[in-house]
Amino acid sequence: MNEFIGNMDIIAKNCNLFYGDFQALKNINIEIPEKQVTAFIGPSGCGKSTFLKIFNRMNDLVEGCRIEGDFRIGGVDIYDKETDVNLLRKNVGMVFQKPNPFPMSIYDNIAFAPRTFGITKKSELDEIVEQSLRRASIWDEVKDRLRKNALGMSGGQQQRLCIARSLAASPKVLLMDEPTSALDPISTGKIEELMEELKKDITIVIVTHNMQQATRIADKTAFFLLGELVEYGNTDDIFTSPRDERTERYITGRFG
Amino acid sequence: MKRLYSILKYICIIALVISLISLLAVVAYVLINGVDKLSFDLLFGDYTDSPSIFPAFIGTLQLVGIASIIAVPIGIASAIFLVEYTGNKGRFVKIVQVATETLAGIPSIVYGLFGYLIFVVAFGWGYSILGGGITLAIMILPTIVRSTQESLLSVQNGLREGSYALGASKVRTIFKIVLPSCAGGIVTSIILAIGRVVSESAVLILTIGMVVNKVPESLMSPGASLALDIYYFASHGYPAEASATAVVLLVFVIFLNLLASFVGKMIKKSTYGDTK
Ligand SMILES: Nc1ncnc2c1ncn2[C@@H]1O[C@H](COP(=O)(O)OP(=O)(O)O)[C@@H](O)[C@H]1O
Ligand SMILES: [Mg+2]
Repeated sequence: MNEFIGNMDIIAKNCNLFYGDFQALKNINIEIPEKQVTAFIGPSGCGKSTFLKIFNRMNDLVEGCRIEGDFRIGGVDIYDKETDVNLLRKNVGMVFQKPNPFPMSIYDNIAFAPRTFGITKKSELDEIVEQSLRRASIWDEVKDRLRKNALGMSGGQQQRLCIARSLAASPKVLLMDEPTSALDPISTGKIEELMEELKKDITIVIVTHNMQQATRIADKTAFFLLGELVEYGNTDDIFTSPRDERTERYITGRFG
Repeated sequence: MKRLYSILKYICIIALVISLISLLAVVAYVLINGVDKLSFDLLFGDYTDSPSIFPAFIGTLQLVGIASIIAVPIGIASAIFLVEYTGNKGRFVKIVQVATETLAGIPSIVYGLFGYLIFVVAFGWGYSILGGGITLAIMILPTIVRSTQESLLSVQNGLREGSYALGASKVRTIFKIVLPSCAGGIVTSIILAIGRVVSESAVLILTIGMVVNKVPESLMSPGASLALDIYYFASHGYPAEASATAVVLLVFVIFLNLLASFVGKMIKKSTYGDTK
């Protein structure tokens, strides 16, 4: 069974990850509910990106990376031999820290994923392109220059284009690795707003080093430290009454 | 100290002047001696009563064709394998790296000797355009591999990751994202490699022979190239014709170089827009 249908909860059990001899993730267990925003916070180097990349198997591309554990999205065992990695990545999109639009037109950027999965009819592509750009609330800014090179856009626009590009694959889950850390406050605000919209249909997991951002947008928050998941719960609880002393020290800015 | 600097500066200026003058001298000499010999007969004649470079022109085009048909796909495919499939690291890549660097530095006459021993002697083809073309392909292969590697490495990893993260396969990522992103650089280096084919002579003396007065009947026939014509004319008492041929060759090579930078820029502009 390879279809991502029904409930899109993300479940990781007994997750250990090694880069060569270095253990980057230590026995992590987590259940991320569907159609909510879950934030990963923690000091730099604690393994947030590494853990995020487990869910679209981007770590497969890293030589010497070894992963243990059980990982399910929508009930599918994503590391099963039968699982088609490309189909997984179609369903579990990713937005990167640095906007990475392809050096081609805005239209072709958005159409890339649908074309990958066999959609060639122009009317159909046009429809997907418009829909995706609208969902990423950038349609009005680019609708008159869809054939222009995407690299001519501002950083904030590029990042929303990348979000639209992911949405064009109609993902059920969207992983975002510090998507606003390179952007100005206005662009950041726009992206936070659109996440609020998107979570109506999509499960969102976002890595952020900005704790205000987590409190603004996340329903749930997970705090990582040195490869461990220290505390995980409702964002309100994490920030108002953390159970672990290390969490408290981190959110009050006393280390990291 | 100050005096030392100004002396250094003047030495550099003098050096620059010397190199410019010698370059100009070559071009001027060739032009003065050659231009008035650039007759219709020399350019397009059938080599009955007066010498013509037409057969050599055809020969040159054939050599360029053969060499690029062989070297371009093999060179690009090798580079793709090295960069995209081995991550451009590991022992194998090191070995290939050293090999391509060494091969790129070998004097061309050595390639000529190799081509002679293989195609002329061992295969028994005798002197042939095909043997020469293949030898030239082998000669430019290391350069094409190297420069394509550089081009591929210049593509940001973020683009590859972006493509994979959308569910694209490796092959699709290479052909739709990586290669188009660096096509400008690759095309430029191919055109420059063709420039080397056009100006090569040592390899050809040993592989295609020097039949200057007949358009090759087939690729298995011997023939000549423009560069060989210069040698032939100069050593057979036609110095003016040699210069005229040199003019044609110069124009050809300058044209290729301009084309290389123009095409490279055009492709870069169409992939990256006006932003880069
Ligand atoms: N490709 C890799 N190879 C080896 N070590 C890595 C690699 N990527 C990350 N690491 C290490 O794993 C740890 C976690 O990194 P990362 O997940 O990027 O942290 P974060 O995103 O929380 O800043 C760090 O110590 C980092 O040095
Ligand atoms: Mg990170």
